[in-house]
Amino acid sequence: MHNSSRRGFMGKAFGAVAGVGAVGSLVAMKKTWDPLPSVKAAGFTTLDMSIYKEGELVTEKWRGKPIFVLKKTAEMVASQTESQKARDIVVGDSHFMLAIGLCTHLGCIPGYNAAEKSFLCACHGGMFNWAGEVTKVPPPRAFDIPPFKIEGNKIILGEAGPEYKAMKDSGITL
Amino acid sequence: MAHFTKATSVKDWLNQRLAIEKVEKVMASEYWIPKNINFLWAMGMVLAITFALLLVSGIFLLMYYQPDVKDAFYSVNYTIMRDVDFGWLWRHVHGVAASVVFLIIYIHMFTGIYYGSYKKGREMIWVSGMLLFVTFSAEAFSGYMLPWGQMSYWAGMVITNIFSLGGLHLDGLVEWIRGDYVPAQAFLTRFFMLHVLLLPLAIMGLIGLHFAALRIPHVNNQDGEEIDFNAESKKYLAGDKAGSKVIRFANDFMSKDLMVVGVFLIFFFYLVFFNYGFALDPVNFDPADGLKTPAHIYPEWYFLWSYEILRPFSVNIGLIAFGFAQVIFVLLPWLDRSPNAVPASRRGAFSIWFWVLLIDMIVLTAMGKLPPEGMFSTIGLVAAILFIALWIALPFITKNEKKV
Repeated sequence: MHNSSRRGFMGKAFGAVAGVGAVGSLVAMKKTWDPLPSVKAAGFTTLDMSIYKEGELVTEKWRGKPIFVLKKTAEMVASQTESQKARDIVVGDSHFMLAIGLCTHLGCIPGYNAAEKSFLCACHGGMFNWAGEVTKVPPPRAFDIPPFKIEGNKIILGEAGPEYKAMKDSGITL
Repeated sequence: MAHFTKATSVKDWLNQRLAIEKVEKVMASEYWIPKNINFLWAMGMVLAITFALLLVSGIFLLMYYQPDVKDAFYSVNYTIMRDVDFGWLWRHVHGVAASVVFLIIYIHMFTGIYYGSYKKGREMIWVSGMLLFVTFSAEAFSGYMLPWGQMSYWAGMVITNIFSLGGLHLDGLVEWIRGDYVPAQAFLTRFFMLHVLLLPLAIMGLIGLHFAALRIPHVNNQDGEEIDFNAESKKYLAGDKAGSKVIRFANDFMSKDLMVVGVFLIFFFYLVFFNYGFALDPVNFDPADGLKTPAHIYPEWYFLWSYEILRPFSVNIGLIAFGFAQVIFVLLPWLDRSPNAVPASRRGAFSIWFWVLLIDMIVLTAMGKLPPEGMFSTIGLVAAILFIALWIALPFITKNEKKV
């Protein structure tokens, strides 16, 4: 009895030491897999919005991801529905569709069909219109809009300005 | 201290220290295999040999491969393929074996399902086998990343995105797995580690478990007959080799096993030398480009059936269906409610279930390869729903099965 309670104590003592060690190493392992500071620091891109031509899709790059920039034509702006207006990004007097160019399903880059003004994702057949809204599943939601901040004629990607925050709060983008 | 005597021979010296004769008996000459089996029982040995081929060719590739996003593509396609003498051989062996190993795994699996080899004490064989299937899948995927071509990159993108779990939006988890916002250096190096160290270790451990799980229930036979291995082996050792229902694993059964392995290896090296193209996707001969998705991406043929279960549905339902397809096979021993451990051909409705499942998976595989348009989308959807329906129906079909 005396012995077994001593063994019991030793078992518990070891369990406590091992437990602390296990939790500590799990934390270290988790943190080791986090994106490196250099990766995070490189996460900002500035775009000069005055160089884009109307109705022409340009793909920029931010955090390694493609960013679709489409300066809307007067015709597009005039025909916008309420939900499309909510996604509209206005710089000066130009209207833009600016979004992460990855299908919200599993992240392939949809191709742009200039004639039909729509996007088709070749991976699983999802479709989006020129405003970035889904017109055919599987994608569950419209193109995500990256954090952006408008500064004069420029947009800084990676920084959340008031226009972006408003979109995020109203659930227009994630 | 244990008692040792002066050794009379090298064998005796080893025997005293390692009990080599006893080990040989337990592992080989007195490990009993039923006589009533066919060539399908050799698939385990074929798999072991294929794994050895992967290991050896992998070791040689490892000596020149560079896990760096700038160099990886050229270290594979230039250094290994052109500079290194016989580098092409290791790559073709590795690529072809990675594809063929899944063909044999599927044959091995469906042999088990057909003959009921997951029942009556053989559940752990089935479960450890399915765990091997999962680790082999992870091994195949991580290896597919390493040449860092277009298919590597975009498969990495799509598969890691699955971990955001659709409507749960776990984007932080996806970035943690990648170590970056997109697959990049951190991603390549960690998948390199998984491919050459952690997953192979797990596979070897699971192979040990798979063999150990076979020890007590023994190998099944063509009639699912319950054999008294003790009595039958005594009969064999007493000299009644013809009357006994069992033979020694080595060298008797092994010789037949290796005969099948020989035929397999001829077929395998025919592929390696003359028909390796199927295992090397042409799209992956373009270096990875994060700003251009290939026009039509699809996984390797062995993942197509589960990919096709993901594809036709909206994202959340698709993921649930995909998750279902991944785990449901593991539960087979418990979903099959029938007490009969006999070939499917004698099990009435189960026999139909077996063949419909097999054909359905072939249809899913074919549809997964085709673009998701029109008729193919519809066939794919029907086949995916049928797959799920078959598994839901299984307990009901087998519950009322007559005892044979």
